Amino acid sequence: MIRLRPGRIATLLTALVALFLLMPLIAVIPVSFTSRRYLSLPDGKYSLRHYRALLEDPAWLDSFLTSVQVGLIASLLAVVLATAFCIGIWMLRPKLSGVMTGFVLLPMVAPPVVSSLTLYFFLTRLSQWNDLIAYDSLGGVILAHMVMIVPYAVVVIMVSLSQLDRRMDLAAQSMGASVARRVFGVILPNVRFGLLGAFFLCFLLSWDEIGVTLFVTSVDTITLPRRMWMGLRDNVDPSIAALSVLLILVVSTVIILRAILLMRREARAK
Amino acid sequence: MRAFLFLICPLLLFLGCSYLLPFLGIMQLSFSDPDPGLAQYRHVLSDPLTLSVIWRTLRICAIVTVVSVIAAYIITLLWVRGRPLVRSLTELCIMIPFWISVLSRAFGWMSMLSNRGLLNTWLKDLGLIDASLQMTRNEFAVVIGMSHYLIPFAVFPLATAIRNVDERVLTAADGMGASRLRIFWQVFLPMTASGIIGATLLVFVFSIGFFVTPALLGGGQSVLIAELIYLWIFQIPQWGMAAAMSVILMIAVGGILVLLMRRYGEVAK
Repeated sequence: MIRLRPGRIATLLTALVALFLLMPLIAVIPVSFTSRRYLSLPDGKYSLRHYRALLEDPAWLDSFLTSVQVGLIASLLAVVLATAFCIGIWMLRPKLSGVMTGFVLLPMVAPPVVSSLTLYFFLTRLSQWNDLIAYDSLGGVILAHMVMIVPYAVVVIMVSLSQLDRRMDLAAQSMGASVARRVFGVILPNVRFGLLGAFFLCFLLSWDEIGVTLFVTSVDTITLPRRMWMGLRDNVDPSIAALSVLLILVVSTVIILRAILLMRREARAK
Repeated sequence: MRAFLFLICPLLLFLGCSYLLPFLGIMQLSFSDPDPGLAQYRHVLSDPLTLSVIWRTLRICAIVTVVSVIAAYIITLLWVRGRPLVRSLTELCIMIPFWISVLSRAFGWMSMLSNRGLLNTWLKDLGLIDASLQMTRNEFAVVIGMSHYLIPFAVFPLATAIRNVDERVLTAADGMGASRLRIFWQVFLPMTASGIIGATLLVFVFSIGFFVTPALLGGGQSVLIAELIYLWIFQIPQWGMAAAMSVILMIAVGGILVLLMRRYGEVAK
């Protein structure tokens, strides 16, 4: 049991840090209701024009759909590749498994700008050979996102496999099950929540990805973060405030609901 | 053996082709474009403009690391050791910003700090200032934005260390009459040193290759290494220089990561 609780000074300082963390999220709310075309506070006149712009401007809808498409396809492919890899490592425990795992985690630990440059270099070279997976194409963005999110899928699936009882697989093996049967009949059903978690995380990462996307797209394939970037870089567009308010609302609702659910479960457990 | 081919190889092949090979290509460029040999590296490490960018990056990243780790330590303390209600509230304050897009967060700071933003308007309404303070497009805004982004990342290693503190040691210090302040400085803080070092290295590694927040909040006025690489590719094409800088960055980050792993390897033993 904790006997020494943090005192008044610590509580006060924490309140300051918490304020600092929440401040920018609160600051976008008034800006989103301004009636002007530039970043400003509504002086008496509140307007929903920037929210309307989000709905009416087909460019935002286009980018939304592009982001969803890229996110779903990249996450699905990344999870499939990562699942196969992790199961292979878990079942066979090859000699160099440490080295191989380290290698596939590389895009996660390398500085994002180095990965961006690397993928830009790769996709511009590929553009000379084909149009499908090329610079500034849907295929190219999907490939770039896959490279960036696959390490996270590997981490989540590895964790979920490490909690699996090896004796189940051994039992199946000793009763003569083939490798395919062991994978599809024993291992996959037992890690299905891990796979779902990995897919969810991958989608979120792809949905937010901007560093690499900035390097590998220009005018044809514009994801939602990329369009936000364009509106922030040139002259600050208050539509981004409206979009940010919506995104912040979604994230906050999900996190607060999750917290309430967890608290209820704890209370019931007592 | 066939299982190996079908299960492990696809991902290795995929990353080998789309990550490792192109990175080797970048390395080759760094030694050959436009001059063969080490000319690009010599230029990167001697040109005054580039050097000033490197120094600025190191300086800003150091400040950001210190600010983030201290702020994260304070909030983690209450997150782990506070009363249940306080714990839930601090958790929300950590998790909500963590899951919100880096672009929205940078934009939030623009709304807060820009000339017609919230802070300037408040200060003017209160009569504290006459003209707007310039708080964006400078290093101040970059430090604020980057620290805000990195605090949640510092929280996780710190939380592990603070959870692992042995309660009996604190009780013993308390029983022997040490003041609360003394218990914190001489007992609690040293016991969480591994978490502090881990968080420091992690935040520093993350901050050094940072691109989006400095580019938006610095407004071209305080270019960091990552933005310099971007400019070398898209504004004044100098592939060799960009490649050389990337290789240097990769080596620096690799070195810090090896340190980090050794540190945690020791703790694990």
